Amino acid sequence: MIKELNDIAMKLPTFKGGIHPPDGKLLTESKEIEALCPSGELVYPMSQHLGVPCAPAVKKGDSVLIGQKLGDSDAFVSAPVLASVSGTVKDIALRMTISGAVETCVVVENDGKYEHDAALLPHRDYESLEPKEILRIIREAGIVGMGGATFPTHVKLSPPPDRKIRWLIVNGAECEPFLNCDNRLMLEHPEPIIGGLEICMKIFPDAEGIIAIENNKPESIRRMEGELSDRSGNIRVVPHEVKYPQGAEKMLIYSVTGQEIPPGALPADVGCIILNVSTASHIWQAVMDGIPVVERIVSVTGDVIAAPKNLSVPLGTSVRELIDACGGFTEPPAKVLSGGPMMGVSMRSIDVPTVKGTSGILALSRRSSLNLAESNCIRCGRCVEACPMKLVPTTLDLLVRRREYSEFESEGGMNCIECGCCTYTCPSRRHLTQTCRDGKAGVMAARRKAQSQRKG
Amino acid sequence: MNETFVVSSSPHIRADISTQKIMGLVLLALVPAGAAGAYFLGTRSLLVMAVSVVACVAAEAAWQKCAGQALTVSDLSAALTGLLLAYNVPPSIPLWMPAIGGVFAIVIVKQFFGGLGQNIVNPALAGRAMMLICWPVQMTTWTVQGVSGPTALAVIKGAGSAAPGEGASSALPSLMDAFLGRMGGCIGETSALALIAGGVLLIAAGIISWRIPVVYIVTAAAMSALLGRAGGPVLEVLSGGLILGAFFMATDYTTSPITPKGQMIFAFGCGLIASIIRAFGGYPEGVSYSILIMNLTVPLIDRATAPKVFGEAK
Repeated sequence: MIKELNDIAMKLPTFKGGIHPPDGKLLTESKEIEALCPSGELVYPMSQHLGVPCAPAVKKGDSVLIGQKLGDSDAFVSAPVLASVSGTVKDIALRMTISGAVETCVVVENDGKYEHDAALLPHRDYESLEPKEILRIIREAGIVGMGGATFPTHVKLSPPPDRKIRWLIVNGAECEPFLNCDNRLMLEHPEPIIGGLEICMKIFPDAEGIIAIENNKPESIRRMEGELSDRSGNIRVVPHEVKYPQGAEKMLIYSVTGQEIPPGALPADVGCIILNVSTASHIWQAVMDGIPVVERIVSVTGDVIAAPKNLSVPLGTSVRELIDACGGFTEPPAKVLSGGPMMGVSMRSIDVPTVKGTSGILALSRRSSLNLAESNCIRCGRCVEACPMKLVPTTLDLLVRRREYSEFESEGGMNCIECGCCTYTCPSRRHLTQTCRDGKAGVMAARRKAQSQRKG
Repeated sequence: MNETFVVSSSPHIRADISTQKIMGLVLLALVPAGAAGAYFLGTRSLLVMAVSVVACVAAEAAWQKCAGQALTVSDLSAALTGLLLAYNVPPSIPLWMPAIGGVFAIVIVKQFFGGLGQNIVNPALAGRAMMLICWPVQMTTWTVQGVSGPTALAVIKGAGSAAPGEGASSALPSLMDAFLGRMGGCIGETSALALIAGGVLLIAAGIISWRIPVVYIVTAAAMSALLGRAGGPVLEVLSGGLILGAFFMATDYTTSPITPKGQMIFAFGCGLIASIIRAFGGYPEGVSYSILIMNLTVPLIDRATAPKVFGEAK
């Protein structure tokens, strides 16, 4: 509370609305990143990004090296999937993924040799690279938004030519409770983050570089500022008010630039591109060292994890191995989440592979993840005050329950970013975010139906 | 290995707040005013409170049982309606009257419209309005420590015909008496000090916002000054149910606007109507009716003040 008041008194950049959930960061805040060596088979879903899924580029029995393509697509909005170990392709089969969906996966038997493929070359002299070449390397390295949204980064860095990019924002807000993967990366490896940003600024020479960090990470702020102090360039660290969802794209752009992205518009339309800290770091590794996205940092945490840790994990490793590496469960968890408690997805099984968007594995006890019975809305207005998109969640909730999807749409329901603030604050324990999600799906279904009728 | 996990939609954590907790805190915030009522107006007040609360809770339980609905009296909202109703009647009232008022408030005003969160007007105030019409004498007989007399507002109203501030001012309570509660009135409205203490607690706890009470009170005070009412704006604010209404009745979530801007408009309307009734109406008190009338405008106000969706503002 004192800290929050301090933030407000200091007038740190922020947005309107939002909430202050208990942050749970203490569990892994001071845990150094540990490398995890997988012992079992590695499973690579062909869809680890937003966009067109990859098709397998290998056959059963092929031997593969680290960094070799296991899957790729000709589509622009897609990103290749690369092997994180060397070994043999054991199978190409349908497997359950972290979201609970069943998808085509390439299964690799680890030979334990960790031999690298030489396909992606280091470019120590990135200063001389053309923007087009930089984008090609980023795509070939399989880089996607590592904050969890997994939008292909080369697409994000290719805005329409008439859009003038004025701000390149590196998102180190990490507003999601419990997670510390971005925080630890900033603390332990600040150089590649800044390096990745500098590479992107080569593509957008007129842009100012902003590293946005929530003010509850003073060590990270100091570390990044220290790293910047011996460089020249148009980059600065901007501490932000501690408030969820500060790291949401639209909120952060508002906090940094004071501009609201209109519904349906992209960050580039208001002159911004946002990259997660880990994405920036991967850009540096890909360009400078020729290392593609084959591992990521995962915060394995929660009140029933014996020894919470931040792990550096080869992609494809089973989530069960991650949990075992943290001493397993102290009691059977009620829920296991991929991601944090506000936006994370509940998992049906922990025998699923780690993917590019897995920022955290959170195991919660029944005590900390109660699913309480709903009661009548008392119109207290807490959801209205909390909604960062300035919607009226309780009205949307009512409309969806009545299946009035067109009304839902005209009340702005499609703008919901599913941050969860409304549900979090609701004293009647109404599932407001969930009904909004249903409403959005309902509108999309109605649109598809209308479209097919037009065609038919 | 047999592992089963709960699969549900995010978010997976909830704020430590519930309807019951909110209602409980409002009840707690009403305790000082009730204690002041019992102290200044006699301990019979406590009996009236008990009858009213029991009537409301029993009526809600009975209705829900008959209607085959889940029992929700543990959310404390019926108890709160009961206490507020008791705070809006004189301590000398025959006990069966608040019992009937309570049943009316819960069954007709609240449950007939769908129960918690669905009623259009404030149940306790509607109950009081019904009682005023049915039993006007018993509802307006005021006694302070055994002596009956007119309320400050009745005196001010009487003075309206004479030159303002003359003649009648001797019968007006001193500002200090009005602030502490040493004057006639309904059980819960007597002590401004106790009510403000409770109201400040609710604002500090984040249960209500400052908007409705502050705008309501400031509007009423300004109107009093503007109309040149006897006794002056300060006595105007301290008399009758204004403070009780502003902090505890007009702030009822269900019957007040959901948008911050709407709450200001609503409170301004309450202040305006209360002042007009007090100055020009046939009845000295205007708070209850001002809130009941403004309750009816809430859907319109909410519609007119709906927030602009992020990104559509500019």
